[in-house]
Amino acid sequence: MDDLAALLAGAAITLGLAGASGIAGMALAIAAAGLQRGGGRAGRLAVGLYVELIRNTPFLVQLFFVFFALPAAGLRLGAWTAACLAMTLNLAAYATEVLRGGFAAVSPGQHEAGRALGLRPLAVFRLVVLPQAIAASYPALVSQIVIMLLESAVVSTIAVRDLTYAADLIQARSFRAFQTYALATALYLALAVGLRRLLLGAGRRMLAGGRG
Amino acid sequence: MSTIATGTILWTLIQSARWTLALSLVAFLGGGAAGLVVMLLRAGRSAALARAAALYIDLFQGTPLLMQMFMAYFGLPLLGVEVSPWLAAALGLTLYAGAYLGEIWRGAVQAIGQGQWDAAASLGLGRARQLRLVILPQALRLAVPPTVGFLVQLVKATAVASIVGFRELTRTAEIISNATFRPLVVYGLAALIYFALCLPLTVGARALERRLGRA
Repeated sequence: MDDLAALLAGAAITLGLAGASGIAGMALAIAAAGLQRGGGRAGRLAVGLYVELIRNTPFLVQLFFVFFALPAAGLRLGAWTAACLAMTLNLAAYATEVLRGGFAAVSPGQHEAGRALGLRPLAVFRLVVLPQAIAASYPALVSQIVIMLLESAVVSTIAVRDLTYAADLIQARSFRAFQTYALATALYLALAVGLRRLLLGAGRRMLAGGRG
Repeated sequence: MSTIATGTILWTLIQSARWTLALSLVAFLGGGAAGLVVMLLRAGRSAALARAAALYIDLFQGTPLLMQMFMAYFGLPLLGVEVSPWLAAALGLTLYAGAYLGEIWRGAVQAIGQGQWDAAASLGLGRARQLRLVILPQALRLAVPPTVGFLVQLVKATAVASIVGFRELTRTAEIISNATFRPLVVYGLAALIYFALCLPLTVGARALERRLGRA
């Protein structure tokens, strides 16, 4: 019974990481997508480089880089903060790509209409184009958040006390590794399914045009 | 402070990347076989088998790869199979790749219209030959770009094998970093090697996709 409580406490950490990096990652992705569209050549190049660097290296190596290598460069982070930062940077790169597809789905006439109403370019981006781009790419964005939740299992390697870490502790004590990991796997599945349903349901209520 | 030269570190990491590639290849071949079975079951007539294949995909796409590897590592001994990190990693990655490739290939088959099945049937072909002679040649074209794209995901996924103790690129980087206290250099170089392995695949997948879009 204590074991189950420990697993659930770990699951709460996992969910918290996914939530925090989900919010921060989406904010970063929106900023990156904005820079890509309105930042000129340098902006496009910088965002492109960031996206390709993240998408072509493993999350685990990114995590180790943030946790072990950044302190050598003078930035020392706690395990939870390092995990959250690595997850945010990773998620944002994928979300930027997804959002790019969303922006492509918004007709250029929308931008012109916004300008014709006398809105400044930044206001057109924020009030007219962005909500439609998010609505168009919302299901794919939700998928990326769920994938990040599942990938976060590896943050147990830097001793973040997440669901996998709780399972590691229990199996080391009880010698029932298979059963413990099977239960943890079932919890991950429940978290993934639950988070997807929650986000898709919220999207249907809140997004422009009631899509998503 | 160790005095191991950066060049030596790089060379050792490149050597260990061979195991990353070997693991990727084994997982791709095994996952390809599993994915083929999944695709056939989903395109087949049996609703029960199609549901079982869909369940397999949902389970392996809905749970962490690390858990799948741990289950292989600790589950195989329960079946009386002696297990090594290599076997656990290869089996976990094979099942993982099978779920993704099966889903990609099922999508490609599904994108071929019902009219093609009907046309093939009207030529008097049986279900299996309809699939082999008419549907698959067309689906293959659609399936290649996302399959190459998935290879990127697979190469990166092999890094998780380091956690069950398989000494590929990431595990080797950990060991060297712990011995030399130069994490910035070691993990930076490891990331660059992964980047060099994955970028050609990413670029290739994109080029194939563009060509498909034009055709």
